[in-house]
Amino acid sequence: MRLSDLVAVIVEAAANKEPLRIRAGGSKDFYGGMLAGKLFDVSAHRGIVAYEPTELYVTARCGTPLVEIEAALAERGQMLAFEPPHFGRATLGGCVAAGLAGPRRQQAGGVRDFVLGVKLVDGCGLVHDFGGQVMKNVAGYDVSRLLAGSLGTLGVLAEVTLKVLPQPRAEQTLRFDMDEGAALAVLNEWGGQPLPISASFWSTGQLWLRLSGAQAAVASAVARLADQFGGQTVDGEKHWISVREQTHSAFAGASLWRLALPTTSPALGLEGLSAIEWGGGLRWYAGDAVPAAVLRERAGQAGGHAVLYRAPESQRCLEDAFAPLAPPLLALHRRLKKSFDPQGILNPGRLYAEF
Amino acid sequence: MGTVENTFQTDRKALAERLKGILPAHCLLVDDEDLRPYECDGLTAYRELPLAVCLPETEAQVVDILWTCHQLGVPVVARGAGTGLSGGAMPHAQGVVLSMARFNKILRVDRAARLAVVQPGVRNLAVSEAAAPFGLYYAPDPSSQIACTLGGNVAENSGGVHCLKYGLTVHNILRIRVVSIEGEIFEIGSEAPDAPGYDLLALLIGSEGMLGVVTEVTVKLVPKPALAQVVMASFDQVGKAGEAVAAIIAAGIIPAGLEMMDQPATAAVEPYVKAGYDLDAAAILLCESDGTPEEVAEEISRVTAVLTAAGARDIRVSQSEAERLRFWAGRKAAFPAVGRITPDYYCMDGTIPRKRLAEMLAAIAAMEKKYGLRCANVFHAGDGNLHPLIMYDAAQPGEWTRAEAFGAEILELSVRLGGSITGEHGVGIEKINQMCVQYKTRELEVFHRIKAAFDERGLLNPGKAVPSLHRCAEYGQMHVHHGELKFPELERF
Repeated sequence: MRLSDLVAVIVEAAANKEPLRIRAGGSKDFYGGMLAGKLFDVSAHRGIVAYEPTELYVTARCGTPLVEIEAALAERGQMLAFEPPHFGRATLGGCVAAGLAGPRRQQAGGVRDFVLGVKLVDGCGLVHDFGGQVMKNVAGYDVSRLLAGSLGTLGVLAEVTLKVLPQPRAEQTLRFDMDEGAALAVLNEWGGQPLPISASFWSTGQLWLRLSGAQAAVASAVARLADQFGGQTVDGEKHWISVREQTHSAFAGASLWRLALPTTSPALGLEGLSAIEWGGGLRWYAGDAVPAAVLRERAGQAGGHAVLYRAPESQRCLEDAFAPLAPPLLALHRRLKKSFDPQGILNPGRLYAEF
Repeated sequence: MGTVENTFQTDRKALAERLKGILPAHCLLVDDEDLRPYECDGLTAYRELPLAVCLPETEAQVVDILWTCHQLGVPVVARGAGTGLSGGAMPHAQGVVLSMARFNKILRVDRAARLAVVQPGVRNLAVSEAAAPFGLYYAPDPSSQIACTLGGNVAENSGGVHCLKYGLTVHNILRIRVVSIEGEIFEIGSEAPDAPGYDLLALLIGSEGMLGVVTEVTVKLVPKPALAQVVMASFDQVGKAGEAVAAIIAAGIIPAGLEMMDQPATAAVEPYVKAGYDLDAAAILLCESDGTPEEVAEEISRVTAVLTAAGARDIRVSQSEAERLRFWAGRKAAFPAVGRITPDYYCMDGTIPRKRLAEMLAAIAAMEKKYGLRCANVFHAGDGNLHPLIMYDAAQPGEWTRAEAFGAEILELSVRLGGSITGEHGVGIEKINQMCVQYKTRELEVFHRIKAAFDERGLLNPGKAVPSLHRCAEYGQMHVHHGELKFPELERF
């Protein structure tokens, strides 16, 4: 599938004002607003276009499976540092469009922090090149990063260039017995110290901590934390994959809420807390013990927001996935959407019901 | 370059009257001699007198000023410390300069949350100074950090030596509070990760004051490393130094800083700072490692091995903090040092893929002959961000014109080599023509539409950063073929 094929589909849909639902691996169909529009399968537009290990970037087409990209990077000892989930067969386009990062987010940054450039097909079928392949580029508005997390509502991310990083030389996982309050306290304390923490995960009285970096740095941090806080070194490899892929039991349950909060936000004291990630910045609530409105309100009061992350269709059609935007911001969103997709044909309702 | 197309006609007297109703006398400048200090930013080659300079002290005043200017159709150019090097804060002849200099308070440093809330007029270095007692600092460190402000850093997405490892401004800002040209306040981002909706923070950062006026910034603070040490390596060929940079990255090392200076640059700075640079070397590399003492020792030994294998003729490792600072002093003082050996210099800011460094330097050497001007090169080698310093004498007829053409050629070559016309200084008024080289008509149209989504009447910093299609056509860089231009039926010239 060539770029011109993608363009042709969009040009035709724009002419007919026919909504399209952009999809490749389909691994994140559960995420965001209800799916609507004619299926536009872009999975055949795939392949790595360029990979320069010494320039620290990889460029690939939207339908390229993440496993393929990660395998190529691993051959040269490099990685996607934001550790995106695969959820089966996630592709690069969907990874960037959804903007979901994995366990390393707190330390390394989110998806948008690694986007250097995109080739975008907008809602009129016009192809644009934004950004590029160099780390520093402040020429023009940073449209590439704007597209991370835009859920395909501004265009098809035909090609994306991501910054890559070397894999850490050493990695070690520690496990501590700790309740929620103690875990939040130590995570914020450790976060302010020069420790090579690369992931944290708390659930049911256990705190898991991953340390990555130079051999010597990891070894000395492990010795210090194990000694002071009674942590045990454990083989963490499978554990961190189960966190990234959400196959860990903490993510089970019919509905799952994702609360992004300031790391220092105290325990919310709501029923259903199933896991804490990102040094306290991400908290998962499973089940429906707490009404949606209460979760949203409490998250907002704490300076964050709640996302209805995974839920049965019956709940998804009643409840918006994302927290509502303040009126001036919503107006800006509408104007931006209109400037990229004047006919409103791209993934309508996937981000907000209003567009 | 250096001119702003003018479509605005402002009634100066009426404007002054309205502003007097908003601001106390000490916050408003309208007389020519008071306006003079604001006629340019760090790029002194381009000057313009505004009609008025506003120095608001409260956000409510900012709102009133912007609302009033919107009502009257008056352009507004926001300004921080004015250290910008691309003329981004050059005033508009029919407009107002909105100086945020009095928004200079650090509102909060939160140790546990590792963040600081500051006003846009706070100096970059002041943030790290305020965070130091908590063992934290603000990572982006532009060379002008002693003077430049956070508001300006946001406008330019500023970088610095630490950016290779710790990211640019865009990676280190959590939230901004913005006033739109219509006087509406909105907040973007939050102290929590992944704020809902489009990533407007990414759009606003680096937007050169074209989309809104920032009144508050929440920055991320990071733990201060226990130790930093720098390796200084000298090379007898510039190409070898360039290859050494690639070899360090290929070895899986991301240093805290990786900087390069060529011989003309070291020759200029050594008498000035006495850093002990190898003056016979064609180029020197400075490679900093930070972290725990164990981590630094491990990285330094690996870096040293890579540099040796890459053919470094001499390698020195700083043995004390004083020595580390001395090694850096020359790099940090390169601009003023070059300023001492030439009446004027013109600092460029292009980014290229690292592997093209040697090629670019050879091309610059050829351009020195072509334009009859000398050029010293200092750059952020780790991220391919070049800062050629073209030396000229403004008093000599024709020299500035040659310097300008020299700079333009470097930028256009940067694009051809796969890079960008600006790494960290912004487009401003200086590089506006080269935007026509880097982007096609289509992307420029998208930029204009984004601008219109925030500022429909085009009043915020007009004529900067994004060229009009008319301007590109005049520069001979409008790519119109095969219906690529969206509305071919419209008359454009």
